[in-house]
Order: sequence, then structure tokens, then C-alpha cells
Amino acid sequence: MRLYAAVAVSGFRRHATYRVATAAGVFTNTVFGFILAYTYIALWNERPHLGGYGREQALTFVWTSQALLGAACLIGGGFQEELQERIRSGDIAVDLYRPADLQLWWLASDLGRAFFQLLGRGVVPLAVGALCFELALPGLSLTWAAFLLSVLLGLLVSFGLRYLVGLCAFWLLDGAGVNMAFALLSMFFSGTLLPLNVFPGVFGEVARVLPWSAMLQVPVDVLLERRTGAGLAAALGFQAAWAVALLLAGRALQTAATRKVVVQGG
Amino acid sequence: MDDLIVLEGVEKVFDVRRRAGFLRRERHRVRAVDGIGFRVPRGEMVGYIGPNGAGKSTTIKMLTGILTPSAGRLRVAGIDPSRDRSRLARRIGVVFGQRTTLWWDLPLRDSYGLVRRMYRVPDARYRANLERCVELLDLGELLDVPVRQLSLGQRMRGDIAAALLHDPEVLYLDEPTIGLDVASKAKVREFLRDVNAERGMTVLLTTHDLTDIEQLCKRVMVIDHGRLVYDGGLDGLHAKGESERTLVVDLEREFPPITGVPGARVVRVEGPRQWLAFAATHSAAPVVAAVAERYPLVDLSVREPDIEQVIARMYAEG
Ligand SMILES: Nc1ncnc2c1ncn2[C@@H]1O[C@H](COP(=O)(O)OP(=O)(O)O)[C@@H](O)[C@H]1O
Ligand SMILES: [Mg+2]
Repeated sequence: MRLYAAVAVSGFRRHATYRVATAAGVFTNTVFGFILAYTYIALWNERPHLGGYGREQALTFVWTSQALLGAACLIGGGFQEELQERIRSGDIAVDLYRPADLQLWWLASDLGRAFFQLLGRGVVPLAVGALCFELALPGLSLTWAAFLLSVLLGLLVSFGLRYLVGLCAFWLLDGAGVNMAFALLSMFFSGTLLPLNVFPGVFGEVARVLPWSAMLQVPVDVLLERRTGAGLAAALGFQAAWAVALLLAGRALQTAATRKVVVQGG
Repeated sequence: MDDLIVLEGVEKVFDVRRRAGFLRRERHRVRAVDGIGFRVPRGEMVGYIGPNGAGKSTTIKMLTGILTPSAGRLRVAGIDPSRDRSRLARRIGVVFGQRTTLWWDLPLRDSYGLVRRMYRVPDARYRANLERCVELLDLGELLDVPVRQLSLGQRMRGDIAAALLHDPEVLYLDEPTIGLDVASKAKVREFLRDVNAERGMTVLLTTHDLTDIEQLCKRVMVIDHGRLVYDGGLDGLHAKGESERTLVVDLEREFPPITGVPGARVVRVEGPRQWLAFAATHSAAPVVAAVAERYPLVDLSVREPDIEQVIARMYAEG
């Protein structure tokens, strides 16, 4: 376990050295936040209580999504491109002979990165949003603890999905198409463009049970105290179930990929 | 009977699928390793040489367990590598010349920290090993530099240290000197000689540079097209391959081709510079002396035979 803790710390530190990228990220998230905030204000003026959110709740959604954008890779990005590159170049062979588990390794490293981006890229946009707009943030309460737990589960789901995407490179020569499709799916189904609860009918129902909703929609609803008591337990359970399912799927795919490398040489 | 590495009739066949027109795929098989057998006793340093594509890396990969052999038996320290890859990993060190085991964005020191956790190296051992590697491989000033900023030679030294921090019994080096400058090559060779002599570490060294072998290994195995074509001493290899070294001399002015040097013949003349070929099993000293005695010598150098040539001749011999 100490190995993976060390890997997480090095993932954190590695991203902490990208100071310019972090500053650029904070800037982009803040600008994005303003653009979306004014769009939402226009929308909610036309249709108050859209999706059951008041205006302040909708704005809270906007600024929380900007705070989580980098950490949960809501619109793409992340380690999977590096993993794909290692697979394509054959460097993955080095990873395989090491006495360490590939999935745990990348998970630890990705969580380290996510924690850094939560602090480095998340806190400032949310603070700016809270200063410039009226948000529906809870006071000092257990809601924040539940929110952080929900965010952590969301990060696991995000990793689980991206690990599957990364491993695709064992079978696909060119991962660019998959990555782009995945980024689009993430952007839409996480709710980064519009909260998932504004979508009516079957489409909305389906969107809300897909794994992406565990990355943003659920954490925000926890923060907005729309999920409390049994509802909160169900929300966290939903996230945990997706996390476990995706991590297990990743493990199965990893086993198949390893067998392929070991027998076919890549 | 303490053979650390044992191979018996080992084969590796790759199924390669190639595009052959629209949607049509052609399958064919590549016999990368085609029935190889050898044993390496504990503490020996063996050279494993052959031209590009001969099957050297494939053999090393099977010895680490990241490739399963298609046929044959393979044991390293009594372990079947492909079955028990992680248990074996703690007992072997691997350096791939063309890949790094270090982390691109981390300073060397942090990479070593991760290696230490991965192999659960006890504190005292880790410190002692690191200190030694830092001293012998001259890494002191590089420890805090991110790996991506290191030159190839520096990175290679960093990689070799990383492979040794957990006290492996066997060290595989796949082309450790490829692309290195002369000074880095010399440093790497000196270090390898040291770890082999002092720690009694078994070393399998893959290369296509004969000089590596000459300076490090008493025993050499030659592989070509997946088959072992020679296993023995270096002298025997030169004798069998009838390989020749070349003495290049710069004379004061132009001369007709040099004559009367026993065992050597001129193969090329270019102004005041002449090339003399002589058997690689012979010393260069008498040839140099004989030339210097009768010609005004300004400068000279000796070129080692290259492996492709040696092997080509070995085949010509049958
Ligand atoms: N994963 C693979 N799939 C198909 N062919 C391979 C694979 N790896 C190696 N080969 C082929 O096997 C032969 C031996 O390769 P290799 O062991 O890398 O040679 P060397 O290291 O001696 O240069 C080459 O013809 C190479 O193209
Ligand atoms: Mg090779």
C-alpha cells in the first residue's frame, strides 16, 4: 500500500510542477464559469425552476462543474493518452515486468493528479463564483463532508471509465477517434453543458443512470442538499456501484490485454 | 550445478497479420527465436550478440516473463518466468537500452524512491546501494534533474542504477550502450565489470557492439535468425568467423601499398592513409612495429571487426 501512496504523492507533485498549465487552467475555468453563468441566468430567467433548480442552484451547478472540470476530466484529458502511448510504443512491457499492479498504479497516480487539480484548479474558480454570484452553498455542515465523499467516488468512476478507454489501445491502432468520442460523451453525460435533470423523458432517465452522472451531477446534488438521508445513501451507493463495476471491468480488460502482450508480444 | 539461467529448445513464434489490400489480411509467422538452448552459471557475465532482428530482445523478454515461449523450457533462478513473473521480478534487474524504466517527469531521486517501494528494499540496503551507484556511475549531480532533461548517456546510467537497487541476482542488459558516446560507454562498461566481479552478479549482456563483449565477457553467444550459431570464448569466435581487425595508418606522405608486414595485407590506400587487415586473433603490436620500422608513421588507429561481418563469414564457412 505504501507503494501506491508514494505513487499518488508523485502524481500530485508531478502536476504541481506544471505551474503555467495550472494557472492557465484556473483562468480558463473561471472564464468558462462566467460564460456559462450568464448563459444559465438568461435561461433560468426564461424558464425559472428548470429541472427543479432555482437560479442560485443552477449557478452553483456551473461553478462546481468548473471546480471539478480538471480533477474529474469532465471534458476529456487525463492519463489515458499517456497509457495509450506506452502501449503503442511498447514501453508497456516495462510496466508489466514490474512487481506492481498496473491498474492500481495508474489509479494511484491519477488520484494524486486529481487531488492536485482539485486544490490547484478547483478552489479558485468556486471562490470567484461565490464572490461574484449568489450561490446556494451550504453552511459549515456535514453536507460538505458528504460532498467530498461524493466527489471522491466520482473521481473513481472517472478513472474507471478512462482506464477502459486507455486499454483500448491494445486492440486499436489509433486511439484518437475513441478519445474524441469519449470526451464528447463525458462532456454531455456528466452534465457539464447542462444539468442532467433538465432533460425530460426516457432520455433524461437514461442519462441520469449512466456512469458519467456520478462524476458531476450526483456530487452537485449532494452539495445542493437535494440528496439527504436515505436519498444521500442511495446517491453514494449509485456512485460506489459504478466505481466497483468499472474497476472490475478494467481489471478484466487488463487481464485480457496482459495475456495478449505476453502471448502475442503486443 | 548452479545454473542460474537455463534454456532448452526455446522457441518464440509471432503471428503477424499484415494488410494485403482492402480488408484482406495476410497472416504469416515469424520465428523470432527458433530452438535455443544454453545455461549460464551463477556469477558469469555472458555476451549475447547478433545483428538487428536476430531475436535478442525476444529472448530477454522471455527471460523476464513478459513473453511466453511458444515451445521449450526456460528457468531463471529455478522460476518459470512467464508463470511467476512478479516473484521473478524481485530477483532480476532489467535494463532496456531503448526504453527507460524511469519516470519521465520525476527527478532521478524520486524514481529511485518508487523503485525502492516497489521492491520493498530495506532502508539501509537502499541507502548503501544508491550511494554506491551514485559514486560509480557519477550520478551525484543528476539526482535532482527530471529524467526528461537527461542526455541519453546520463539516462542510461540512471537506468542501470535503478535496476540494481533491489540487489538482483541476475541482470539483463538489452543493448545498454546503444547510441552512447565513447565516454559514457566506457563508464557503463567499467561499472558492469565492477558489479560482476564484486557482487558476483550474473549478467546477460545483449549488444551488437563487439567492443562491449571484448571488454566484458569471456563467453559469448551469437544468435542469428533465432538460432544460436556460436557459444564459446571470444578467441574461438574470431577464429571461427576468420574475422579481421584493421590497422589504419597515416604516413608522412604518399607511398605505394605497404609490403612485407607478416600476417597483414593492405586493403585500401587513400593518399598518405593506408588500411591493413590482419587476423583478429593476433595482436596489433607486431603489425604496428613492422610498419613503424620501415615507414614514417604519423598516426594510427585499430578498428575492431564488426559483428555482421563475423557472422557473415561464419555462414560462408558453413
Ligand atoms: N511483438 C512482435 N510481433 C511480431 N514480430 C516481432 C515482435 N517482436 C519481435 N518480432 C520480430 O522478431 C524478430 C526478432 O526481433 P528482436 O528479438 O527484437 O531482435 P533483436 O533484439 O535481436 O534486434 C524480428 O524479425 C522482429 O521483427
Ligand atoms: Mg533488440
